[in-house]
Amino acid sequence: MPISKAPHEPIAIAFSGSGGSGAVTAGSILLAAAARAGHYGLMMRSAGPQIRGGESAALVRFGPRPIGCIGDRFDLLVGLDWGNHGRFRDEIPLGADSLILADPAAGPVPEPIVAEGVEIRQVPFLDLAGSVADGHMNMVGVGAAGALAGLPLDALVAAAGTALAGKGEAVVSAAQACIRLGHQIQDDAPPSRVGHGCGRWDLSGNEAAGLGALRGGVRFVAAYPITPASEMLEWLAPRLERLGGALLQAEDELASINMIIGSSFGGVPSLTATSGPGLSLMMEGVGLAIASETPVVVVNVQRGGPSTGIPTKSEQADLDLALYGCHGDAPHLVLAALGIADCVLTTAWAVRLAEHLQTAAIVLSDQAIGQSRAIIDPSPPFESPLRRIIPNGPEPDYQRYALTASGISPMRIPGCPGPSYTADGLEHDAAATPSSLAADHHCQLAKRHDKLARFDYGAHWAEIDGGGPGDAGSDAVGPSLCLICWGSAHGAVGEAAERLRDRGLAVKVVALRLIAPLQRDALRAAIGAALPLVIEQNASGQLFGWLRAEGALDGDAQSIARPGPLPLRPGEIVADVLAKTQL
Amino acid sequence: MADTATPPAGRAEPPPTLKAKDYKSKVKPIWCPGCGHFGVLSALTKALAYLQIGKEAHAIISGIGCSSRLPAYIDSFGFHGLHGRALPVATGLKAARPDLTVLVVGGDGDGFSIGGNHFLHACRRNMDMTYIVMDNEVYGMTKGQASPTTQPTWSHSKLTPHGTGVRRFQPAAIALAAGASFIARGFSGDPNRLTQLLVQAIGHPGFAFVHVLSPCQTFRPEQKAWKQQVHPCQLEPTTDAAHAAALIQRDDGMATGLLYAERLPVNQPRNEPDTTIAEIEAELLP
Repeated sequence: MPISKAPHEPIAIAFSGSGGSGAVTAGSILLAAAARAGHYGLMMRSAGPQIRGGESAALVRFGPRPIGCIGDRFDLLVGLDWGNHGRFRDEIPLGADSLILADPAAGPVPEPIVAEGVEIRQVPFLDLAGSVADGHMNMVGVGAAGALAGLPLDALVAAAGTALAGKGEAVVSAAQACIRLGHQIQDDAPPSRVGHGCGRWDLSGNEAAGLGALRGGVRFVAAYPITPASEMLEWLAPRLERLGGALLQAEDELASINMIIGSSFGGVPSLTATSGPGLSLMMEGVGLAIASETPVVVVNVQRGGPSTGIPTKSEQADLDLALYGCHGDAPHLVLAALGIADCVLTTAWAVRLAEHLQTAAIVLSDQAIGQSRAIIDPSPPFESPLRRIIPNGPEPDYQRYALTASGISPMRIPGCPGPSYTADGLEHDAAATPSSLAADHHCQLAKRHDKLARFDYGAHWAEIDGGGPGDAGSDAVGPSLCLICWGSAHGAVGEAAERLRDRGLAVKVVALRLIAPLQRDALRAAIGAALPLVIEQNASGQLFGWLRAEGALDGDAQSIARPGPLPLRPGEIVADVLAKTQL
Repeated sequence: MADTATPPAGRAEPPPTLKAKDYKSKVKPIWCPGCGHFGVLSALTKALAYLQIGKEAHAIISGIGCSSRLPAYIDSFGFHGLHGRALPVATGLKAARPDLTVLVVGGDGDGFSIGGNHFLHACRRNMDMTYIVMDNEVYGMTKGQASPTTQPTWSHSKLTPHGTGVRRFQPAAIALAAGASFIARGFSGDPNRLTQLLVQAIGHPGFAFVHVLSPCQTFRPEQKAWKQQVHPCQLEPTTDAAHAAALIQRDDGMATGLLYAERLPVNQPRNEPDTTIAEIEAELLP
């Protein structure tokens, strides 16, 4: 039987296998084929820490509308083999209506899968692949999955041709032959599921954040490798070079953050990307950027923590570090990308904010965003008037840290003829001379605070979607709810909100893109009379704590927080919301 | 670099002749009377004047410590950053702004202890900059603790009352092993010779390391004797690393002059755009 789904419903397909079985390649090709067939899509990767060997899984979900999360259950699991499948059990939830494709040669389907009451269909992947010279069973799996999901054969074949082009003609032909064999398993092929999109982008969150950096104007990046941020740096390296910029590999994260402070001091918008442990190492440098008013952007692709934690898996647990990690009173910007597509806008905006406000911006992404791929509509062009204010004239009375109404002091950069200055991480007076006078400290602290507090951030501070108090439609029942979230939780929260609305509840979603400085009044206005529930993927409710501390929430607000590494699922959010509200 | 905040066009020509005193800023040094660093400041302004490097055409980067206060005392662009991190700041600046002459200054604790890793990698990276370390074998700003270059038996610090018992860091030998392309040693008590070394170092294409013996009158008064102990390097400077290694290893640490200089490939990003963001975005289509 093909997968039975209404045409508007997304389909979720998982490939799993031992390392080297090609599960991730299979998922990538299926995703690209879905894109060619006009669908939106999302692919998450799950892998152990092994470089070679181990096990891996590709989790794909596609459909006619943008896909924000991987969903609750998989409609189809292609088990290339069952080695180490136990490690994926939690990450590939199945149900009674799930279909399993299993190769008899791989031995029996593991008992926990059978116990779900799934339908199992035996497909001799290995034998079929063996009938093609240099054939691989993962490509038979692509063909079979594509057929069951209603993807046209030509889209699958073409996607494999593009994905494997670098491996030579023989590999491509063998893969395409295997796909054709796999595709034949479904005799009564369902009508092809074809969406309507074209010209969409296929990219990962790390790549999207890289693009946002370029759009924002970043032309210097310092890089120290760390999982799961390295791909962003690797994507940027050749592209910065082509744009006349540069990427330097640093000796450590202490060097990375200080290198971008140096390049930014030189007038070039600058960025580094890292993950939790790297951000911990960089925090002293972030403080220097804040105190010396040197614009920098740090993208933190979060992973499970603390310490080395779970490097290959996701968690939203570095918000406290990003907010509170600096010593001293160190106001700065903290932003969160609300999904793969949003990495473009959030990173570009962060660059421009940091440049204009002459401060440090920390952009929080995470593994679930950074290392997942999506088919998305191209990001609209980024237009922003925000720029670093660089004076041109000789200005004999120039003072680097002059007290101004906005708190922003024009920043001369080396090479400007006329007055110069020594930027300083020591407290200083308006002329940048080190000073320990109380008056200078108070004035400069206030200046660095006020320039962020007084700035008008416009509408980008949050994404607010529908159904809230006042615009909920007259048929909504029960109290109004406001689901507040940040980062990668947005996709699952959005889908949960739809289901809650289907139950007749009035539900609004506020996804915070700008977390610090918190736009408290705007947030309170968005919440209105609704009951706020703060949903996030960490154990301690870090956003909830911040919103409480900032006075954005009243006493009845609720926290729904649980740690990673499993992604938040819409079904569990619905259940948690109903339980918390006793609806 | 393209598409970025670039320095305003129309850079003024420097005045016809800048004198050493023209490079001095109005900020009064916090250094103790008799501090060796005054001699380094003097030599550096003389070297800048000799080379007629425009005030806006160079930048002086430092970390934290007594000697790291120097950038504010020169009328040019400077960055007084974090303890130990001057070299990364300078590296980023030079990568982004190859047009600038980049000078880095600091002390032995800043450069060889907390910043030791950056020192190794800056030597390896061979970007075009000059690193001047004012070595007084003590942490002065924190009131007299042993540094990496302090003798292991020096027991005048409350922190290490029996001495550190740890062998001394060998700046010149380590710079050579790490791949520095220019290594010299100077003495702050001989500013004229030091000026000559700094002129050579700034003119050297690549990473130039100048180790300056710069006495601390307050915590190491015995260093007054350095005036008698320093001596010119007995041998001609060499471009042969193996020869330089032998020279540096045999040396008593008080030999001044150019120890090693070799032309090695200079690391500098090319900064020439040949595409647009629109072209990069076009590549995102599946």
